[in-house]
Amino acid sequence: MRLLRRSLAILALCAFSAAALPSISHAAGEGPEIAAQEWSWAPPFGRFDRAQLQRGYKVYQRVCANCHSMNLLSYRNLGEPGGPQFSEAAVSALAAQAQITDGPDDTGKMFQRPGRPSDRFRAPYANAQAARAANGGALPPDLSVMAKARPKGPDYIYAMLTGYEDPPVDFKMSTGMHYNAAFPGHQIAMPNVLVDGVVEYTDGTEATVSNYSKDVTAFLMWAAEPHLEQRYQVGARIMIFLIVFAIVMYLTKKAVWSRVHRRDHAAKSET
Amino acid sequence: MAHESTYQPTSGFARWLDSRLPIPRLVHDQFVVFPAPRNLNYLWTFGAILSFLLVAQIATGIVLAMHYQPTTADAFNSIEKIMRDVNWGWLLRYAHAVGASMFFLAAYIHMFRGLYYGSYKAPREILWILGCLIFLLMIATAFMGYSLVWGQMSFWAVTVITNLFSSLDSVIPGFGTMLVQWIWGGFSVGEPTLNRLFSLHYLFPFIIAGVVVLHVWALHIPGSNNPTGVDVKTSSDTLSFHPYFTIKDGFAAVMFFILFAGLVFYAPNYLGHSDNYIPADPLVTPAHIVPEWYFLPFYAILRAIPDKLMGVIAMFASIAVLFVIPWLDTSRIRSVSYRPIFKWFFWLFIISCIALGYLGAQVAEGWYVFFSRVFTAYYFAFFLLVMPIVGLIEKPKRLPGSITESVLGPQASSAPVAKPPKDSSVDAMPGGAVAAAAAEGRA
Repeated sequence: MRLLRRSLAILALCAFSAAALPSISHAAGEGPEIAAQEWSWAPPFGRFDRAQLQRGYKVYQRVCANCHSMNLLSYRNLGEPGGPQFSEAAVSALAAQAQITDGPDDTGKMFQRPGRPSDRFRAPYANAQAARAANGGALPPDLSVMAKARPKGPDYIYAMLTGYEDPPVDFKMSTGMHYNAAFPGHQIAMPNVLVDGVVEYTDGTEATVSNYSKDVTAFLMWAAEPHLEQRYQVGARIMIFLIVFAIVMYLTKKAVWSRVHRRDHAAKSET
Repeated sequence: MAHESTYQPTSGFARWLDSRLPIPRLVHDQFVVFPAPRNLNYLWTFGAILSFLLVAQIATGIVLAMHYQPTTADAFNSIEKIMRDVNWGWLLRYAHAVGASMFFLAAYIHMFRGLYYGSYKAPREILWILGCLIFLLMIATAFMGYSLVWGQMSFWAVTVITNLFSSLDSVIPGFGTMLVQWIWGGFSVGEPTLNRLFSLHYLFPFIIAGVVVLHVWALHIPGSNNPTGVDVKTSSDTLSFHPYFTIKDGFAAVMFFILFAGLVFYAPNYLGHSDNYIPADPLVTPAHIVPEWYFLPFYAILRAIPDKLMGVIAMFASIAVLFVIPWLDTSRIRSVSYRPIFKWFFWLFIISCIALGYLGAQVAEGWYVFFSRVFTAYYFAFFLLVMPIVGLIEKPKRLPGSITESVLGPQASSAPVAKPPKDSSVDAMPGGAVAAAAAEGRA
């Protein structure tokens, strides 16, 4: 038991240092406090809400995609397990809504065609310069891994999307910037694009800014971690295996070492 | 420890092989009947854990390299492709990234264990130095591996660290700049830099594996130290490596893997920095450039010194000093458990290392700088002043007469030596410790 307790203590120490370290390295993090939200994909057993991901894609496609690319995603991903899981027909239809530049054709010219599931999400701008020119010099970042690319990821995205408010009276705003409570420095180039009712929901979910923000955040989280559900499911099996294995190893270890302890006991009683 | 070989080939083939390439003899003598002190605690299991981790890192890394593109345009996206489109790519990549952190966690425990129990003292100086060499190679390997992600933190870490060499300009004008450009393969961190980082990141783990073989070899000459620091005197002080320590190491490794798997499957990005999910952009500097957690204490030392060149020297010295510890420590005994004065300095040193880790993540200003300097000063004072001086003036506590006595109490020393169980070959002390080529380490 002493050995088990000791090893548990060591493991606890490892776990503690592992837990303490990122909070240290993030201590230098900048920006305002971000409130934690409840998400359906919280570990260890969380899953994405398919309907939420589908709504989130709609918000992305109708609103965000006007300025933001998602270059790492393809339309086919929308039908894959663990994601929004649109039907095959729906994926083809969603892909076909986009006009994709393809080519060059036999005459050497580029041409437009409807998207196919194998196409990447159509980017709103041809290049970064075009994106900047259209957005007052600011570059709308690619959203493919956005949910992992900011401290507190999804919580931050939700807070930022719902964080537009009037600046405090003494706050000096630069021209073309917008006040946002969650954005580091509070001045963000992106305008407030979400207003109640801007995207139509057909599944009975209330069309509010809060719901839009939640849904599109969920969609971005899936986009950044498309294999998250598989990861949790495999993880659960691995953890169960390791815990059972650890118990077996502990009992074996005890059995093996009991030979030594018996011998010691015999030696002691001889004296 | 050196002992007579007890290997008996049992078949014709075994005899044939034994007279040509006696690997079964090596394994038998070094990893089956090899005598290990019976009082080794769980801190001695990290050598085996580290061996597992090295193999795991090399295995996952080789597969990752099959899919990775070391070009500035494609590096970031090729990793995302691994995460998305390669079968089990997310598992390989997260296991490799978290594995690096686990490697350092285990290595730090392993090193502090050696430091606490005086495992660097005679006759284990070379063993310790080889360990320091492995640590140095690990630092280089981990740094280069992190750079391959080619995110913002990768790119700027490479920029900051390679630029350190430009501080040599203050010694020989122009030399530092020339050196940095030679390292970069150009006038800034770019394509040639990434290519050579990838090439060396693939090479170094195999050099580490080679030094690990030497490390295990050097261990198997004097044998393991133990928590009392008292030398093995009789065969009753030891147990055969197998089954007693193979099972103990195995159990500890599984416990360690629970932590490892917990991070890989449930919090794979917990130890990383979110900025590294932003593709590298030479035109945008992150607000705070922070290394991975395992480099933070050294980063704090670098920034604690106001002069750039001196900061670089201090950072390298903080690792270099580890190599000469065997000759800085003047104590006659090994284990800190029996050193009433030094014990306090030791724990203060642990606190300093953790504090430096914390400070390395903070903005270098105000009190943070002040405390970085205080703890940096203590870091060096611990090795350069405390170790030599306390060893001379301290009166150690009474050591147990033997390892057996430390386990069974004083009466055991007068007791007749108990007969070992039949299945262990404890009192066989076979000799001729040959090169221990397998990767199983304890010091």
